[in-house]
Amino acid sequence: MKNYAFVLFLLLEGAALALVFNHNSYQKSKYLNSSNRITGNIYQTYNSVVDYFHLNRINKELSEENAWLRSRVENITGIPVVNDSLVVTLESADSTYSFISAKIINNSVNKPFNYFTLNKGRNNGIKPDQGVVTGKGIVGVVTHVSDSYAVGLSVLNSRWSISAMHKKSGNYGSLIWRGNDYRTADLTEIPLHVDISPGDSIITSGYSSVFPEGVMIGTIQDFSRPDGENYFNISVQLSTDFKALSYVEVIENQDKPEIKELENIIRDDPMAN
Amino acid sequence: MIRWLIKYVVIFVVLVLIQVLFLNQMQISGYLNPYIYILFVMLLPLSAPRYIVLLSGFLIGLTVDIFSNSLGLHAAATVFIAYIRPFVIRSISDREEEINDYPGLKQNKFSWFLYYSAVMVFFHHFILFYLEIFSFTQFFSTLLRVVLSSLLSVFVIVLSQFLIFRE
Repeated sequence: MKNYAFVLFLLLEGAALALVFNHNSYQKSKYLNSSNRITGNIYQTYNSVVDYFHLNRINKELSEENAWLRSRVENITGIPVVNDSLVVTLESADSTYSFISAKIINNSVNKPFNYFTLNKGRNNGIKPDQGVVTGKGIVGVVTHVSDSYAVGLSVLNSRWSISAMHKKSGNYGSLIWRGNDYRTADLTEIPLHVDISPGDSIITSGYSSVFPEGVMIGTIQDFSRPDGENYFNISVQLSTDFKALSYVEVIENQDKPEIKELENIIRDDPMAN
Repeated sequence: MIRWLIKYVVIFVVLVLIQVLFLNQMQISGYLNPYIYILFVMLLPLSAPRYIVLLSGFLIGLTVDIFSNSLGLHAAATVFIAYIRPFVIRSISDREEEINDYPGLKQNKFSWFLYYSAVMVFFHHFILFYLEIFSFTQFFSTLLRVVLSSLLSVFVIVLSQFLIFRE
C-alpha cells in the first residue's frame, strides 16, 4: 500500500471538513465543545489563578452595579424582590425572569465567531437559549450545557442577530456583529423616517424570549443613509466591555415553556402557513 | 519506545495548554492570532510512520477545536500540513545535506528551521483563516490576517526552540 497515506489523509480531512460544514454537528455535539468536564475544569483552574490580577476592577464593577441596583429598588415600589443570595426573581407585568449569577472562565473577542464558557451548568439551572447579561449590557446566549459548565455565543458572533430597539422612538431593528471591532456592532432595519442621533440608547426589544425588554446594548456611534435604501446604516458602540468580562447573570424566562408551546401550535397548524 | 511516547505526550499537553491558556487569551487584535501547537506535528521524528503524523495532526487539531469551540477547523488545517510535511521537508533541503531525524532548531541549521516553520505555519494559517471565514469577500483582510499571524507564530515557534524544546 504505497498510497495509504493519501487515503488516510482524505479520510481525516473529510472527517474534519464534515465537522466544519455540518453546522448541526456543532449544535448537536455534546462533548466536542468547551463545556465538557475536562476543558471546563482546565479553564476553571486557570481562571481561578489569573482572576487575582483583576480583583480590583471586578470589585469596583460589582460595587457600582450594586449601587445602581439599589437605587432602582429604592425607586420601584410594589415589586417584590426575593433575594436568596443565588437567584433573584423580578416579576414584571409581562413575564417572570430569574437571574442566575455565573462567571465567564473563557472568552474571546478576536475571532470571526466568538464564544464564551461559563462556570455553571445544568446542575445550577442553566439551559440552552438563556440570555447572558452583565450590569453594563448584554453578553450573549447559552448554546451548550454540561453538568457543571456551559458554552454560549457572544454578541461578537456573526452567526446570530439580536432583536434591538431604538429607545427614544421605539422602532425595532436587528443588531449584527460584522467581525471587525469588539467595541462596535451594526444596527439594521431602522427606517429612514425615524429621528435618530449619535448617543441614543439601543436596548433589547423583548420580541425574543431570550432577553427581557430594555437590557442595554449600546449607544449610536455613527449613522449614514445609504442611497436607494429605506433603512439607516447605524454603527452601535456596545456598552459591554467584551475584553473584560468576569461575573455575568444568566436569565431564565420562566414563561418560556408556555411561549414555546404556543409558538409550536402555530408552527404545526397547516392553516397558519 | 515508552520514553519516546511519554516525551511526545508531554509535548502534546504542554503545547495545547500554552495555546489555549496563553496565546488564545492574548486577544491583541483580530489580525494577530498566533497558533504554535502545530509544532507538535513539526517536531515528530522524520522516521515516524506517516499514519502517526496524520493521526496526531488530527488529534491535536481536534483538541484545540474543542477548547476554542471551532469544531473541525483546526483539525482540517493541521491534517493538511501533516500530509504535506514530507514534501515540504524534501523541497527545502539540499540533496547533499544531512537532515537530522529530529527536525528541531538545535539539530539543524537556523535558516533551515526558519524556512520549515514559515512554510508549515503559512499553509496552516491560510487554510485555517479562510475556512473559518469561508468567503472570499474579505479576501485581502483575511490574507493580511494570515500573513501577520504567521509572522507572529513563526517568531514564537523559533523562540520556543531556544527556551523549552531544546533537546
